Amino acid sequence: MSAPLIRIAGLAKEYRLGETLVPALQGVSLEIARGSFVAVMGPSGSGKSTFMNLLGCLDLPSAGQYWLDGEEVSRLPDDALSVLRNRKIGFVFQHFNLLPRTSALDNVSLPLLYRGMTAAERHTNAVQRLRQVGLAERMDHHPSQLSGGQQQRVAIARALVGNPALVLADEPTGALDSRTGIEIMALLQQLNREGITVVLVTHEHDIAAYADRIIHFRDGRVVDDLTNSRRDAGADLAALPAATSA
Amino acid sequence: MNFLATLAIALKALRVNKLRSALTMLGIIIGVAAVIVMIAVGSGARAQVEAQIKSLGANLMMVFSASSTHTGARAAVGTTYSISEDDAYAIGRELSDVIAGAAPSLRGNGQIVFGNNNWSTTFYGVTPEYFDVREWSLAEGRFFEPAELNGAAKVAIIGRTVATSLFGDESPIDQVVRIRTVPLTIVGVLASKGQSPGGNDLDDVVLLPITTARNRVLGATALAKSRSVGSIQIKVREGVNSQVAEERVRELLRQRHRLQAGQDDDFTLRNLTEILQAREDSSRVMALLLAAVASVSLLVGGIGIMNIMLVSVTERTREIGLRRAVGATGGDILRQFLIEAITLSLIGGLVGVLLGMGGAKLIGALAGWPIQLSATATLLSVSFAAAIGIFFGYYPARQAARMSPIEALRHE
Repeated sequence: MSAPLIRIAGLAKEYRLGETLVPALQGVSLEIARGSFVAVMGPSGSGKSTFMNLLGCLDLPSAGQYWLDGEEVSRLPDDALSVLRNRKIGFVFQHFNLLPRTSALDNVSLPLLYRGMTAAERHTNAVQRLRQVGLAERMDHHPSQLSGGQQQRVAIARALVGNPALVLADEPTGALDSRTGIEIMALLQQLNREGITVVLVTHEHDIAAYADRIIHFRDGRVVDDLTNSRRDAGADLAALPAATSA
Repeated sequence: MNFLATLAIALKALRVNKLRSALTMLGIIIGVAAVIVMIAVGSGARAQVEAQIKSLGANLMMVFSASSTHTGARAAVGTTYSISEDDAYAIGRELSDVIAGAAPSLRGNGQIVFGNNNWSTTFYGVTPEYFDVREWSLAEGRFFEPAELNGAAKVAIIGRTVATSLFGDESPIDQVVRIRTVPLTIVGVLASKGQSPGGNDLDDVVLLPITTARNRVLGATALAKSRSVGSIQIKVREGVNSQVAEERVRELLRQRHRLQAGQDDDFTLRNLTEILQAREDSSRVMALLLAAVASVSLLVGGIGIMNIMLVSVTERTREIGLRRAVGATGGDILRQFLIEAITLSLIGGLVGVLLGMGGAKLIGALAGWPIQLSATATLLSVSFAAAIGIFFGYYPARQAARMSPIEALRHE
């Protein structure tokens, strides 16, 4: 791993709230190496959401630079950001954000639609990713026919389908019970072992413990940046008493 | 992202909300159907008037002998004879700059007899100009020859109705019929014209050389002397204002009849084309009015589409946010919602066309009105529906495209 996947220098973001400018992020500089598993923590209003939005190229910084995969992206126009998100970033959300009344397969292949792939290519890729997250049997199910854990797996398959360099997970276990949460963490760890860089936002220390680096935000600044020896979610799962799996 | 994929998304979104999509389309369906029905009925009515004008002969004007007012009681128009064959020739000769032809005619009623069959009809004594002025053509046989006119030959040309009544399917040519005991050899049969604007059967007619009619059939010596005629039919030249022509004819006749200024005309001038033209104009105005009313319902349908698209955009804010997050550009989102709106209005338009065509046929059958379906109107109303989809779909689609992905994702 030579160049870092993410390099950020003096990244700042202000929001205009009526007359006043509210600083959400005040000069953050850091690097995230390829293949790392980073947890971002902090209370509400600490700037971690703003940070994640900037990392995800959903928003532009007020100041500072952001290199993603060697490319300076902090000043790109909107359409270029869309393409960048499509090619380089996979999103996993707390509430899954799957399209209702749409099969798991179609949900997973959605990002490929915006890449101009043929239907056959989209299908092949989506099937492969659903297998990877262990949902080969439920490809035709709609989200309403899936449990929370299964829905999050579909969402993870969707994040992976475009072969992104980076997966951004915004409280991926927040809407799940703890066992299912650990299952999802095990899946993310497994994907990380296969080489995907994961950045995760969480409130819970238990969840952050599965990362190998924990960054704490407060008042728009990084207050702590710790290396962590990650817990093995797979082992934790095995230690749990057998339950009806999600 | 390619067009077909976008179309597939739009169709899917419309399928998901079937009832809502159907109700939204209803406005467009009714609008388009109404436009099509109105135009079909309107242009049917106009076509009928046009056919009537054609059946009379284009640009036709008629001069009748005026009713006499000598005794204080007015007699019916055309029953006395104040105009003559020579008036007709004078009109044809002296006003050739505005008049294409003037044909004198004498009218009479009588039984026409062939063998055991007889038929009560109207006969006209005419000159060769008559065929041109009234735009008669022959189904079979020939027109009168000059010698037959000069010699008051006992020949006749009959209309289709008369031919069918007397001869059935057989050819009447060279058969001898009688009118008021005068034997006449049939030399021609007129091509059918159908009904006049007043509902008269134009084919129920017998034409004789004017000399034959005057000297042999009507047999009035007074008539013979003055060469009087019942009417003169005048064809105005193409492109000449019929009112101008009317004035010129009036002026000439007054001069020939030596009428002083202030004295009443001793003839009656009727400009048939003008009357029919007025009717055609009014039916055109009516058709336009109806189409305008129908277009208003199309407009209302368009507003319905905008309304539903705005609701749909709000409802699907999270979906929009997600699509933006996974790589949709603002343009992709705009196209998605725009195509959805256009699909709604186009499907509505097509259903409306089918419904309108069926409705027009039904109205035609039930009310007995002439119906004329027009491809132009159909094409126009479908494109209008599509245009409405674009116009009213654009604003909601732009709202969707302009959403910030972050806000959209956070939307509850």
